[in-house]
Amino acid sequence: MRPGSIAIVGAAETTELGKVPHMAQIQLHADAAINALQDAGLTAKDIDGVACAGESPTNVAHLLGITPHWVDGTAVGGCSFMLHVRHAAAAINDGLCNTVLITHGESGRSQVGRGPWGGAGGATLAGQFEAPYGIMGPPTIFTLPVLRYLKDTGTSLEQLANVAVVQREWASANPRASFRDLITLDDVLGSKMIAYPFTKLMCCLVTDGGGALILTSADRAKDYPTPPVYLLGTGESVETPMISQMEDMSTSRAFRTSGRRAFNEAGIQHSDVDHVMIYDAFAHLPLYGLEDLGFCGRGEAGAFIEERHTAPGGSLPTNTNGGGLSYMHSGMYGMYALQESVRQMRGTAPAQVDGAKVSVCHGVGGMFAAAGTIIMTNQEI
Amino acid sequence: MQLADRSKLSRPIPTPETEHFWAGTRAGEIRLQRCDDCECIYFPPRPFCPQCLSKAISVFAASGKATLYSYVINERPHPAFDGPYAIAVVELEEGPRLMTNLVNVEQTPAALILDMPLEVVFEAITEEISLPYFQPQTRVESGS
Repeated sequence: MRPGSIAIVGAAETTELGKVPHMAQIQLHADAAINALQDAGLTAKDIDGVACAGESPTNVAHLLGITPHWVDGTAVGGCSFMLHVRHAAAAINDGLCNTVLITHGESGRSQVGRGPWGGAGGATLAGQFEAPYGIMGPPTIFTLPVLRYLKDTGTSLEQLANVAVVQREWASANPRASFRDLITLDDVLGSKMIAYPFTKLMCCLVTDGGGALILTSADRAKDYPTPPVYLLGTGESVETPMISQMEDMSTSRAFRTSGRRAFNEAGIQHSDVDHVMIYDAFAHLPLYGLEDLGFCGRGEAGAFIEERHTAPGGSLPTNTNGGGLSYMHSGMYGMYALQESVRQMRGTAPAQVDGAKVSVCHGVGGMFAAAGTIIMTNQEI
Repeated sequence: MQLADRSKLSRPIPTPETEHFWAGTRAGEIRLQRCDDCECIYFPPRPFCPQCLSKAISVFAASGKATLYSYVINERPHPAFDGPYAIAVVELEEGPRLMTNLVNVEQTPAALILDMPLEVVFEAITEEISLPYFQPQTRVESGS
């Protein structure tokens, strides 16, 4: 960080300290945040970066009505906030955001709304207002928006199922894919119903695995044995920890915010993109991703995939490893999407897109709770 | 939706910020919050307005009328439920949406049509907690 380049312009503690049994832990974050905003003469709408530890930055942003495009949930104990300050300084200097809110709140004595390790079980908002209705993990939560999407965009159930069919085509070319046998629309629609309208073949795999990335400066990258893959643009956002509180279930605010940010930073048009990865825990995610990232107009993604634009030989090869639906999904699939983008940029993917120069890799966090977008290129800038 | 064993339901634990909501459901009301400054009506509960951060907040009883916004029908067995059941999000007449279950209606795609009118009913799962469920609207609208 260049000395003197960053300043603290607001600071406050919670209104009360000591014994505060009338506030849940998350409200201590909110109370301190509101006081700090007042101190700085700002409103929540002026904040575009959120960092905290102990609670998720998603919870803090949603509660305060913030749409951030930079978040940091680094949680390494009591010094987490020093790290947040340092990360925020780097982010502001790099133009990732302008005004960062760092919060802390801890019901250490009264233990109100505080769980064993950050989570608070039945006392969280999701614990109170979603868990009692029989939600059973991602297949019943992540999937909940899709009927609204289908109705509002005029997309058919068959077009949803077709996402899995096309991705299996990509997987069939990938020796490391878990499922490689080609499937039909009838196979997908006729497989075991998990949570209507999602059948088993519209849901991702559950596998084991891992991945890792190493980054350095572009200057140093030339000294390495591998062809450099450069970062062209980046984006991120969070929306809500509760699926029921999405602003609009037919589109993801976090996807739109993150994608717009990444494209603006990269300074590219959609026509410049040769390859796309869209985190597909379930078959509807590529539909949301193609529309919310701007590759398709609203309600056009189903037909776009049907017309084979994302399939092998198409104009916008998408999820070329087979995706979470056919390649692998260990729980947090984003790392595997990044790996495939890197392979495509190095020219080493099993189903290589010839001459690909720009790859857009878009991930989702939680269940439409968060999004991250990384645009890569193999071209030196 | 039929409950098989309500003791197997995940139990909400009210916090100081949400107590009024759960007191409301015990009394047969959905209590929402409205900002006295910008008139924003919001859910889930918090003691400040998510639009303008004002702490001047009023609690009021919603009409209990809603429409069906989206849902899934879970086919995997859950110990608290008898057979497949819909997990739904409804849009209250006042604007906010909330998750719920649907009762007194078949749990099938044919019976559950998006945007169908619904009304709230309450089910006590413990002495402290009554959950708001929704059923197809039965009340006859009073004409002008």
